[in-house]
Amino acid sequence: MFVFVLGMLLSLRPPARAIPAFARKYDLPCSACHEAWPKLNDFGIAFRDRGYQLGNEKDSPIWQNPSYWPITFRITPQWHRESSSNNVVDTVPGDPALGQTFQNVTTDGFDFGGLDIWAAGTLYKDISFSVLPSSDSSGSFHFENVFVRFDNLLGNRWMNVKVGKFELDNLVSEKRMLFLSNNGGFYQVYHYTPFREAQFLASNPLSTQVSTAFGLGDNQLGVELSGHSENSYTRYSVALLSSNEGNPGLPNRTYDGWVSFNHGFQVGKVGVQRVGAFAYFGERPTFLNTSLGAPVLGEGLGNKSFYRAGLTGLFYIKKLDFSTVFVHGWDNVFLGTGTAANAPLPVGARAPTWNGGFIETHFTYSPQLVFVQRNEFVRMSRQVFSTDPHDLGDVDAYSFGLRYYPFMFSRAGLALHAEYSLVRAYKSASPLPTSASPFGPDLRTSSVFFGLDFAF
Amino acid sequence: MKRNRMKVDIASILVLLFAAGAQVTPAQESHIGGITGEATRGRHLYRRYCVGCHGPLGDGRGENAPWVDPKPRDFVTGTFKCRSTPSGELPTDEDLFKSVTRGLVNSNMPPWLPLTEQQRADLVAYVKTFSSRFREEKPSAPVEVPSEPAADQQSIQRGSELYQKMNCWSCHGKEGHGDGPSAQTLVDNRGYPIPPFDFSAGTRFKCGESNQDLYRILMTGLDGTPMPSSSSALTPAQTWDLVHYLRALQINAKYSKASSPPRTGGSVALNKQLVRRPEHADLF
Repeated sequence: MFVFVLGMLLSLRPPARAIPAFARKYDLPCSACHEAWPKLNDFGIAFRDRGYQLGNEKDSPIWQNPSYWPITFRITPQWHRESSSNNVVDTVPGDPALGQTFQNVTTDGFDFGGLDIWAAGTLYKDISFSVLPSSDSSGSFHFENVFVRFDNLLGNRWMNVKVGKFELDNLVSEKRMLFLSNNGGFYQVYHYTPFREAQFLASNPLSTQVSTAFGLGDNQLGVELSGHSENSYTRYSVALLSSNEGNPGLPNRTYDGWVSFNHGFQVGKVGVQRVGAFAYFGERPTFLNTSLGAPVLGEGLGNKSFYRAGLTGLFYIKKLDFSTVFVHGWDNVFLGTGTAANAPLPVGARAPTWNGGFIETHFTYSPQLVFVQRNEFVRMSRQVFSTDPHDLGDVDAYSFGLRYYPFMFSRAGLALHAEYSLVRAYKSASPLPTSASPFGPDLRTSSVFFGLDFAF
Repeated sequence: MKRNRMKVDIASILVLLFAAGAQVTPAQESHIGGITGEATRGRHLYRRYCVGCHGPLGDGRGENAPWVDPKPRDFVTGTFKCRSTPSGELPTDEDLFKSVTRGLVNSNMPPWLPLTEQQRADLVAYVKTFSSRFREEKPSAPVEVPSEPAADQQSIQRGSELYQKMNCWSCHGKEGHGDGPSAQTLVDNRGYPIPPFDFSAGTRFKCGESNQDLYRILMTGLDGTPMPSSSSALTPAQTWDLVHYLRALQINAKYSKASSPPRTGGSVALNKQLVRRPEHADLF
C-alpha cells in the first residue's frame, strides 16, 4: 500500500510551466506575465486567454524574425531528502520469518527532475498552439499537452475553441504552482482517492488496463469552449473530455464534462480579487469485457459516475496573496469499493464523499524573491463502510519555501528553490502482518528540497 | 534678536520646503478621474513590467531595446506621440493613462488593460518622474473635438482633395498605402527610420481607433515623428472631411461604438481599387 501511495505521489508531481520563448518573442521580462514564474499574474492570464497574443497586431508569425524558434526547455537539478514513517520492515533484514516492525525510511542525495521541451505560440493570427513533450528523470517521454486553439471566433473573445490535450481551466493551476518537492509539488485535494478505493486500485488488475484514476490537476483530452472579458477578469470554460485521464489511445468509450467560471473584481488599492467555481463529472469502468476469460483491453464496461465540485479564490493584499480552493468529492459506491457493476456490492457499502481544500500564501517581496507556504487538508465525510474509522484516509499537508530569481530577464529564467513539505495520511500506512486491524498507523512523509530551477 | 532671526530662518526653510514640496508633488502623482496614482507604487510596477524596454532610467535603453522596433519611448525627453494637447506640449495624465491601457499598435507596447486602474495610474505617476518637464511645465488644455458631421460622399470627396493639397500623399502614398515618395526617408526625433501608416491595411491607429481619435491625431500631430499638427492649416470641418476620407481608405476597418462608420457611398469603388498589403504603421 505504501509503495503504491508513494509511487502515485511521485508520478503526480507536475512539471511546472514557464515559457521564456514568449519572453524572447515579445521582449518582455518573465515578471510581466508571472507573479513569480510559473505563477501567472493578471497580465499573464489575459495573455494566455488571448491565445498567447499581446493584441498589438504583431502576434502572427509573419512578424517574427525567421530565426525565432518557439522552444523552451526546463529542468531542475536538485538535492532532496525524502522521509516516510511507519514502513513495515523485517526485524532482521533478509529473514521475514523473524517478524516485522515499523521503521522510518529516509533517503537523500543529488537528483534532477524531468525535462520539459515546450513549443507554444501562434500559427496565425488568432490560431494558437502548444506541444509539450515531457519526460520523467529517466528520460521516458510523454506528451503533457498537445492542442490547437482557435481564438476569438467570429471576432468574439467569448468564443475560443481548443482541441487536444490541455490543462483544465481552473483558477488555481497546479501546473503553475510554486512548489517542486515530491510531497509539496502537487495539490492533495486535486488528486485525492479515498483509502478503500486506493486499496482497490493497488490490488486490482483493472487499474493497469483501464485508466480508472482521476486527478483534477491532470491534463485531459478533449475539446474546450472558453471565453473571457477584455481584461480577463471574467472567464469561463466548458469542456467535453475523453474519460481516459488524458492518456492517448481509446481505452474507454465514455465522456467526462468540465465547467468552470471565475470573476475578478477590483477592490480599491488592494488589487484584483478573483473568485470562481468549478465542477468535473464523469464515469469510469468497473470491469473489462473478456474473450475466453481474458480481458479485452480497452473494453471497459459497467461505467459508474463520480464528480468533483468546488470553489476557488485568489485574493491579493499588496505583496501578500492567497490561493484558496475548496473541493467536494463523490464517487459511486461501485468505484468506492472497487466492485464490478455486474457483481453484488459488499454489505453496508456506501458511496464515499469527502471535502478538502487549502490556503496557499505567497509573499512577493519583489519580482525576484517570493516566500510561499500552504496548508492543506482532506476530510472524509462518509466512509465506504460505517465501521471504518471516521478519519481513515484523511490528509493534512503543510509546505513552505522560497524562490529567489537572481536575475529578471527576457531571455531565460533561473530560480533558486528551497522547500520543506510534510504530509500526514491518517491510518494509511500498511499494518503489520500480525495485526488484526486492516488499518495501519498514520503515514507521514516529508521532503526537503534545494534546487536550481531553470528555463530557457 | 538672535532668537527672532532663528525664527525667521526656520520659517524661511519651512516655506521653501513647502514650496519645493508643492513643486515636486505634481510630478510624483497622477490624477485620472477620481484615482490618484503615486510614483512610489508605480516604481515597483515599472520594474516588473516596463524596465526591460524603457530601461531603469526611463531613457528607452532597456536591455531589450536593441531588438525592439519601433524603439521604446524615451521618457526623459518628455516627448510623447499620443496626446490630447497641442503639438509640443506635455500630455495630460489621462493621455498617458490611455496609452498604457491601449498599448501602441504595431509596436512591442501591449495593452496593459489587465492591470488595475490604480496600477496604471501609479505607472503614469512614475513615468512622469523621468522628465524634468513634468516638474517645470503644465500641459495645456486638451484640443477640442467638435461634433462629427455626417460622413457623406461630399465630405469624403473634400477630404480626398485635402489629402492631395496637404501633401499627405508624399508620405502615406496616393492611395494611403504608406508608400509615398518620402516614405523611405522618414526618421523620428532619435534618427530611427519610421514608416508612414498604411491606411489600406491598418484598422487601428497608435493613438486610438475611433474617428474622434483620428481627428485628435490630425490636430495634435505625433510629437517626435514627422507627422505634423494640422491645427493651423485646417478648420475643424476640413479636419473631419480628412478623417472621413482616411476612414474610407480602411477597407478592413472595424468601427468601435465610439466611432460612426463613414457612409462610404462612392468610396466603395475606391475601396475595391485598394489592394491588401502588409501593414507598416508607425507614423500614426
